[in-house]
Amino acid sequence: MTYLAKPKLHHPDLPKNALGFTRRDYEGPVSTLCAGCGHDSISAAIIQAFWQLAIPPHRVAKLSGIGCSSKTPTYFLGQSHGFNSVHGRMPSVLTGANAANRDLIYLGVSGDGDSASIGLGQFAHSMRRGVNMVYIVENNGVYGLTKGQFSATADKGSKAKTGFVNEDEPIDLVLLALQLGATFVARSFSGDKEQLVPLIEAAVRHKGAAFIDVVSPCVTFNNHSGSTKSYDYVRAHNDAVNRLDVILKREPIAADYPPGSVQEVMLHDGGLIRLRKLHPEYDPTDRLGAINYLHQRHAAGEVVTGLLYAHPDAADLHDMQNTVTTPLNALSDAELVPGAAALAAFNAALR
Amino acid sequence: MPTIERVNDFVVKFANVNGSGSASANGLFAKAILRMGVPVAARNIFPSNIQGMPTWYEVRVVEAGWRGRRGGVELMVAMNPETWKSDLAEVEAGGYVFYDSTKALPRAPMRDDITLLGVPLTEICHEAYADVRQRQLFKNIMYVGALAAILGIERDVVDGLLAIQFRGKDKAPLLEANRNAFRLGFDHASEHLEPIGLRVMRRDGVGERIFIDGNAAAGLGAVYGGATVCAWYPITPSTSLPESFARQCRRFRTEPETGRHRFAFIQAEDELASIGMVVGAGWNGARAFTATSGPGISLMQEFIGLAYFAEIPAVLFDVQRGSPSTGMPTKTQQCDLLLAAYASHGDTKHVLLFPEDPTECFSMGAQAFDLADRLQTPIFVLLDLDIGMQEWLTDPFRWDDTRRMDRGKVMTHDDLESGKDFGRYLDVDGDGIPYRTWPGTHPKRGAFFTRGTSKDRYARYTEDGATYVDNMQRLLRKFETAKSYVPGPVVEPAAQPTRAGVIWYGSTGAPMAESLAQLEAQGVHLDRMRVRAFPFSDAVAEFVDAHEHVFVVEQNRDGQLRMLLINECSIDPQKLVSILHYDGNPLTARYLTAEIAEKAALFNVTPLRPKGGSVRPQRGAAD
Repeated sequence: MTYLAKPKLHHPDLPKNALGFTRRDYEGPVSTLCAGCGHDSISAAIIQAFWQLAIPPHRVAKLSGIGCSSKTPTYFLGQSHGFNSVHGRMPSVLTGANAANRDLIYLGVSGDGDSASIGLGQFAHSMRRGVNMVYIVENNGVYGLTKGQFSATADKGSKAKTGFVNEDEPIDLVLLALQLGATFVARSFSGDKEQLVPLIEAAVRHKGAAFIDVVSPCVTFNNHSGSTKSYDYVRAHNDAVNRLDVILKREPIAADYPPGSVQEVMLHDGGLIRLRKLHPEYDPTDRLGAINYLHQRHAAGEVVTGLLYAHPDAADLHDMQNTVTTPLNALSDAELVPGAAALAAFNAALR
Repeated sequence: MPTIERVNDFVVKFANVNGSGSASANGLFAKAILRMGVPVAARNIFPSNIQGMPTWYEVRVVEAGWRGRRGGVELMVAMNPETWKSDLAEVEAGGYVFYDSTKALPRAPMRDDITLLGVPLTEICHEAYADVRQRQLFKNIMYVGALAAILGIERDVVDGLLAIQFRGKDKAPLLEANRNAFRLGFDHASEHLEPIGLRVMRRDGVGERIFIDGNAAAGLGAVYGGATVCAWYPITPSTSLPESFARQCRRFRTEPETGRHRFAFIQAEDELASIGMVVGAGWNGARAFTATSGPGISLMQEFIGLAYFAEIPAVLFDVQRGSPSTGMPTKTQQCDLLLAAYASHGDTKHVLLFPEDPTECFSMGAQAFDLADRLQTPIFVLLDLDIGMQEWLTDPFRWDDTRRMDRGKVMTHDDLESGKDFGRYLDVDGDGIPYRTWPGTHPKRGAFFTRGTSKDRYARYTEDGATYVDNMQRLLRKFETAKSYVPGPVVEPAAQPTRAGVIWYGSTGAPMAESLAQLEAQGVHLDRMRVRAFPFSDAVAEFVDAHEHVFVVEQNRDGQLRMLLINECSIDPQKLVSILHYDGNPLTARYLTAEIAEKAALFNVTPLRPKGGSVRPQRGAAD
């Protein structure tokens, strides 16, 4: 980390988005994570995505659990309310927050310890409930803040810096999310901003539970040879199934795509995701196909990345709860309190 | 053999098999007596089981209006052969046993000091109904008919109640079938049995009061309190509380034009998630609650601490029961007081409310949400199984239509726009309560990062020790402020000046009131204080100071209220004498009177001679 504070004055010529905000308006205070940490690259991707989408920062609520990854919401979207909750329990806090006000954008940031170990239950149930959110796991396979213990996503046979070999089977959160009914599932790599930024943009615009597993090397405890979450390993074994562009309005397909190499997915709000297929046979609208493919490639030691599954017309928590369109936190006394006359009738029925 | 002769003052106990549909018939019996203007105190004594195990329902017919369980039985309705022997043994000498005389009596020694009242219920049912389930269900209504005949319960009253229960065209056949079953029982008993010494006679002793359980009341209280998010996990004896909330919300909170809900009702995966959702919703400006019991509060500890330090409004209804795990989930206790008062890690203290009956479950259930918003902290409403799951005869619920939700210190867009200084943990008003903002309020101002303890007055991250202490001291000031918002104790002087007092809370009040009258008749006079909330107001310590000995009556082994009083009011432990009851059954006045009288004799609690100088508590509630 650096001790130098960020300058408060911005260059007048910084590019602005549709709201007139510069990229700097989406930043937070300077990160305190280790220099070279993959998580900082993810923060940068989040900043880029929200700036490009021209989302008012104050309409975003960012929530996290505990751990290195959960510290990061401090370092982006400084004009958003943030909540550093308890270890493994971000999903429930986010679910409650979402129930209270359906009009905000919810960004949950978690880690592999936070979501795959202590918080596996809450991770699973937030997917089941279709909470409208972007859920990012910054996945480095180790516990950083407690100095390098393996987490539940560490691959079997991977070697810790101390020489200890992990003998337990790994949990693949992407596979779980697919099985549990998440309606937008992706994996990316913190070192691949070109892939990650549009994935975040698409996830923000998706209605329902959007999950992105981002492999994010821990430069201090898990970036050595023998690790399957190191920069070198992921670069060598990255099996990207597609690249995507997020397009706000339907536009004609540019002529330079080879035929059959483009797939379009409509978003709930009328926007469009255009996928440039890297594997012609991979279909991200086929949940079962995605699950099979992930199993096959994992057996081969590959890390599958890209948009793995999307179901654009998903129902979310509020659809299932059948809540009113006004946020629950904005309902008035008259809308909530039945009053004395109703109470008198209630009493009368109990005599 | 002398038989018991009583009018409007006896106990009828129904011994049933659970899952046999007896509950609604027994409830009909209790309500019929209420409709004749005679108060009842009813207790359901049930196993942790769905079908096949013994279950009992006690109806204390009590013209004097006492609301506690009395102890003892004058009329046993013995419908369960399995418990016949013990049921028979429980009847007072000169009492009565009603039974199904279709088959021979179970082999058990017969008592010669009780009267047997046999009706061949099964036989009559077999003749009248072909369907097996109908035979079972209508047998229950049939014994209500027979009991009505021998006790003098008016036929029209039961007819009227059945008409309400089976209202509507589609239920007309059911209504007729039930009326018929009632008539069969009534006619048979009228023909074959003499009226007995126990009589129900019409009075005007019920008045405006209503018959309802505390969980239903608290659920409705949450509706009136403006709660919009309920996150919960099923656990006996709290489950019917959120279910009541949902039922009343569907009735009162469905948008007429669209059919959409003005509430969210989320059954969580466990108690950790329940309270997490409540914390998230409270942080985001909704009024949110969970309902649980002791084991659930244990699981919620970490989040409760976070909510305390991050100052997030939350309401927790804890319907106390015997614990832990499968211990005594269907038995009542007041065993979570300390668990709730100091819940979580770090230095924490929480605001607790102690409703004494369903009426206060409703009023405190609503008030808890104002307190949570005003004090920005978790508020516990401590019920117990005895209040929560038993129907009580209780004062009707009241509401003032001019009342508005107190959302507490929330900075609005306009406040922020006008340039008001916003520090999330800044004590602007000197009462320890800071201002908060809801997410999404203002594009440029008012955003902050919520954490546990590592923060300064402007919610900036810091690990500085002095800043930590500064914040912790402010939280203490806030807890002091809470005293002026929570309901104060209710104090009532004894009939004669005395040096002894008694303190209790919650469901203990029902048998306590009766016991105090009994003690007074024995010459034991006690000034009394019912505490209604924690933190205790100064009046609590003053009450103890004004007496030589104070009995502290509660339903747990370790005297948790006593400990809390000693700890929080710096009271000499010698002054506080525990009266405890924790076998899981509802407390009775008989038990209390015996216990207190015995200890009072040791302390020589006799009336003071009327001379000057003794401190007399003033009647009334301090608010």
